[in-house]
Amino acid sequence: MMRSRLVALWLAALFPLCAAAAGLDIKMATTTSTDNSGLLQYLLPKYEAKCHCKVRYTAVGTGNAIKLGENGDVDMIMVHARAAEDKFVKEGHGVGRRDLMYNDFVIVGPHADPAHIHGMKDLDAALKKIKSANAVFVSRGDDSGTNKKELELWKAAGVDPKGANYLAIGQGMGQTLTVAGEKRGYTLTDRATYATYKDKTGLEIMVEGAKNLLNPYGVIAVNPKKYPSLNYKGAMAFIDWLTSPEGQSAIASYRPKGAQLFFPDYRN
Amino acid sequence: MNLLEPTRRAFALLAAGDPRLVEAIWLSFWTSLVAIAIIAPPAIALGFLLAKRRFPGQRAIVVLVQALLSFPTVVIGLVIYLLLSRRGPLGFMELLFTPTAIILGYTMIAFPILVVFTISAVQGADARIYETARCLGAGRVRASATTLREVRFGVLAAVVNGFGRVISEVGAAIMVGGNIEGLTRNIPTAIALETSKGDFAQGIALGLVLMTVALGVNIALALLQGRGGLR
Repeated sequence: MMRSRLVALWLAALFPLCAAAAGLDIKMATTTSTDNSGLLQYLLPKYEAKCHCKVRYTAVGTGNAIKLGENGDVDMIMVHARAAEDKFVKEGHGVGRRDLMYNDFVIVGPHADPAHIHGMKDLDAALKKIKSANAVFVSRGDDSGTNKKELELWKAAGVDPKGANYLAIGQGMGQTLTVAGEKRGYTLTDRATYATYKDKTGLEIMVEGAKNLLNPYGVIAVNPKKYPSLNYKGAMAFIDWLTSPEGQSAIASYRPKGAQLFFPDYRN
Repeated sequence: MNLLEPTRRAFALLAAGDPRLVEAIWLSFWTSLVAIAIIAPPAIALGFLLAKRRFPGQRAIVVLVQALLSFPTVVIGLVIYLLLSRRGPLGFMELLFTPTAIILGYTMIAFPILVVFTISAVQGADARIYETARCLGAGRVRASATTLREVRFGVLAAVVNGFGRVISEVGAAIMVGGNIEGLTRNIPTAIALETSKGDFAQGIALGLVLMTVALGVNIALALLQGRGGLR
């Protein structure tokens, strides 16, 4: 009698644990920028209080995040690499991609501005001047979303950046800004990471606001037909919330140090 | 994960002399060699002095050098970083993220290894060598040189060991070198990067080179110590 009661008690204690493990948690792979900028720490508690679930995320490079989705290691991805995202959906790894928000890139450089590009509106011309002035340019060189973007911009400007003063360092955004500060060079950075490193590096914004400096983020649920054990329902509910008026205004209301970093742009 | 395919590509890259590989390998070798060449003479001299002479504070210095042996290389990297950074006392020299900064790190890492190995080599030598040389009319310097000659294999082992240590070092090299392609990207930092990018062939190829170096260094060490022991 005693024993069966204990077993019942033990089962009762176990039950909520099982329920929690049964798939209420949402696993998401995302890029370092959403994490480093503090957006997720701001956004997730709002949703978690509503859904009584947990969103577990891993912040890696865009390429890596997409890989995790392809392998079915996560329920959804939140990334910024439009071409790769479309390929992800086309190849059947993900379903129902939605625009979520964008942030923007800026070209930063040293106060001395050896290439004289401060305040330029024409991005292509600015890149050409960096090259022709033989100024130092520090590149991520790590195959990340930002790195891909940078290479696209050089290509669009018709400039081959390679040369002795083009430094590919194969590291994250923060380290790239640090090296640019030390080498008194220019680099391409997302605004959020730059805001954190501004004082440490002494770098200043040189070019901003050009159209191809926009950096759009998408959210995609991993295809449930490919991996039936995934928490597709949970992922879709989260995506619905993110793209709802409530989620979108939550993104817009994230203003560390008073400046808005991410701009919601979901349209039905 | 299929390991065979990247390994096969690794050998292909090595056989083809892939320029990125060659650059990293070449950088690793010349910075290590220069660092050892710079630091070996003073380190061996200090090791000899600490083994042979008695002076106040001698034991304290020995303990300190031995403690430096187990000093984390990332802390050495941090110290050099702070010194060379633009905001540091030596910032005006603009040395951070250059091969020179890596060499500086290597010398600091190799120094205690060279000193400690030299001490044990000299202490292991027959003390009568020095005294006999003195008796035969040699001056202190001459007698020291004779002793060093007798323990040359032990000292060479110190040098070889120091080289093996710095060429495989990653912590300080990535911190003060910055892992800049074609400038400060050496074998260990390239392996760290290629792995994080998922390009395993490059990583395996460089790993093979590094392991061959380590094996070669240790075979050389064993041979040297074997010959030293016969004497």
